[in-house]
Amino acid sequence: MTDTSRRAFLQGTAVAAVTLAPGLTLIATAADARPAGEAASPKQRWGLLIDTTKCPAECTACIDSCKEEMGLPDHGRPATDAQYIRKVSVKDPASGKTVSLPVMCQHCAKPACVDVCPTGASMKRADGIVLVDRHICIGCRFCMMACPYKARSFIHEDQTGQKIANPRGKGCVEGCTLCAHRVDAGEMPACTEACQNRGKGAMVFGDLNDPASEIAVRVATEATTRIRADLKLDPAVRYQGI
Amino acid sequence: MNRLRLAVIGFVVLATAILAGHGAMAGDGRPALPQAKGSVCVEDTQVMRRNHMDLLKHQRNDTLRQGVRGGKHSLAECVSCHATDGADGKPVPVTAEGQFCQSCHSFAAVSIDCFSCHATVPADPARTAIR
Repeated sequence: MTDTSRRAFLQGTAVAAVTLAPGLTLIATAADARPAGEAASPKQRWGLLIDTTKCPAECTACIDSCKEEMGLPDHGRPATDAQYIRKVSVKDPASGKTVSLPVMCQHCAKPACVDVCPTGASMKRADGIVLVDRHICIGCRFCMMACPYKARSFIHEDQTGQKIANPRGKGCVEGCTLCAHRVDAGEMPACTEACQNRGKGAMVFGDLNDPASEIAVRVATEATTRIRADLKLDPAVRYQGI
Repeated sequence: MNRLRLAVIGFVVLATAILAGHGAMAGDGRPALPQAKGSVCVEDTQVMRRNHMDLLKHQRNDTLRQGVRGGKHSLAECVSCHATDGADGKPVPVTAEGQFCQSCHSFAAVSIDCFSCHATVPADPARTAIR
């Protein structure tokens, strides 16, 4: 995905949003880029809303775009290869209904990974994005054990050809950053963009704290669920249709 | 006497060959660094020489932990300015022999950990802007 087409897409959605429904954003347009020198603010809480009824089991647009954006290589060893998103199929044994849902870091408000980290590497940014500070990560993998969503990966081998936006190397734990580099630049995460462009538009990204945003409107008016809500970690990723 | 002369000539030839092959030494014994693409660095050369690691460390914490973007002491910007293009037109990693970062750290006998994770070549301008 080139920068030009991304920009063209965003401009296109902005126009569509204005013409379709003034005052109500139908398609999630990315917020403005945060000015240089300004820190992330707790006024925002970035989140995702995923409608699983629009998520076919065979579609991997989000996973493919994530690997491309973040520079995740495929060593052909799915058990240990880094994965920031994975598709999980769940089946209701009573009815036989099967649902496929993409699961990534849920960017919890009370992240278990941050609680258990012995060095402070696992951290939550002011705007709710949960990250690993790999400068001080010692690779102990406590966070991987603590995370109920299996969202993090450990890097077992030397890496080359990393993307500038996602420095990554051997001996550290890493996971979905909610594309913090894109969010800071006023864009939506790569998975959401791919889902809207190449998938069925199941994913919506936005600011849960902004009552006018599409995600906040839908969360307030439609039925949404959070996986393992019983753990009360307050994830920022919500699902529909499960 | 002839044998001694031969040995001396041999030594000189060998030493010249090694120095020429190495190619990373300027006349005064300091490493010869490739020319940067930009005309002026973000700080004075003396400040950068002594403090670049602290400037980078300070900004990395601000950027990662607080999300502050657009600071001037960015490692990506160092790489984008100091990486040179090889004969094939592709950028040479700054950690390659004789390149900017490597030659000076090698001279100072300091190992750099930055590039076990960070990209060693600038962003491909056709693909994406640096952030």
